[in-house]
Amino acid sequence: MSLFATFNSIAFVVIMMIGLYTLIARQNLVKKTLGLGLFQTGIFLMYITLGVRDGGSAPILQEGTDLAYSNPLPHVLILTAIVVSLSTMAVALALIIGVREEYGTIEADEIATIDRAEAKEDHEA
Amino acid sequence: MSDPVLLINVILLMIAVGAAIAAMWTRDLLGAVMLMGIYSLLLAVEWANLFAMDVSYTEAAVGAGAATILLLTALTRTGTREKAGPNFHPTALLTVIVTGAMLIYGTADMPRFGDPQAPATVNVAPEYIAQNVGKVDAGEDGPENDFGDHVPNAVTAVLASYRGYDTMFETAVIFTAGVCVILILRPLSPSARRETAQSQEGA
Repeated sequence: MSLFATFNSIAFVVIMMIGLYTLIARQNLVKKTLGLGLFQTGIFLMYITLGVRDGGSAPILQEGTDLAYSNPLPHVLILTAIVVSLSTMAVALALIIGVREEYGTIEADEIATIDRAEAKEDHEA
Repeated sequence: MSDPVLLINVILLMIAVGAAIAAMWTRDLLGAVMLMGIYSLLLAVEWANLFAMDVSYTEAAVGAGAATILLLTALTRTGTREKAGPNFHPTALLTVIVTGAMLIYGTADMPRFGDPQAPATVNVAPEYIAQNVGKVDAGEDGPENDFGDHVPNAVTAVLASYRGYDTMFETAVIFTAGVCVILILRPLSPSARRETAQSQEGA
């Protein structure tokens, strides 16, 4: 029972860490963006879990009833965060397309190799 | 375990974590994007299960819909294969384990799932809900407010009356992101292209 009651606290850390691992371990820039998105959804899960209440229903008020409602505040915060995460992802993907046109690859290590080679050429010239 | 909300929550999250691991594991970017779409859809169901209806709609539309379309559009320009390489990365694993352990240690003090005595439920939520109650169908004798006496959805009311500036500048964020995308992806004008060519010849 206690494991289930704290399940979400563990789950949001696990989701965030899967994203963080991808962000560090993978070289592909699109994959890194996906990892960043996963990291953000982990934080969403933490916030929404904080708003849950035993026997609570959706925070849509009804006259003449004595319902317990979920906390509406985390929902409002996360609505904003979801839209901002889409905006950051759009800009990141546009930059990745620009990188692909410039370098012909979207692997971070290959881009670093090309950069080093060009710097060396400039230095010798 | 008698609480169906908690049971469905645990099952949905386990499937979602599985989809997330699969999405991060595969080297096929198209497959990864599809799995992320499935993951987002599972999260949308999970938000509905946790009674966050507005978040659920937004996640289904933005996370599973718009984000997937953006990613697919980007993949048409970048290619769908990820370079093969080692899946095991010692530095990343160490970082993740240390960070994760610290975070889990930090969550030890958090209230249990659905605790009616949790600080957020006891101190903050009743105030916002109570302020909203007067605004529901107050009738002609009820207190005056800006919502035509009827905004039953507490999320809408809080969004409009307490976070109005935030929502307004959120549209500024979306506008800025749109302008950035257009400026980055815009093909160079002929004159700019000539200048680039000249500077490269000069170098």
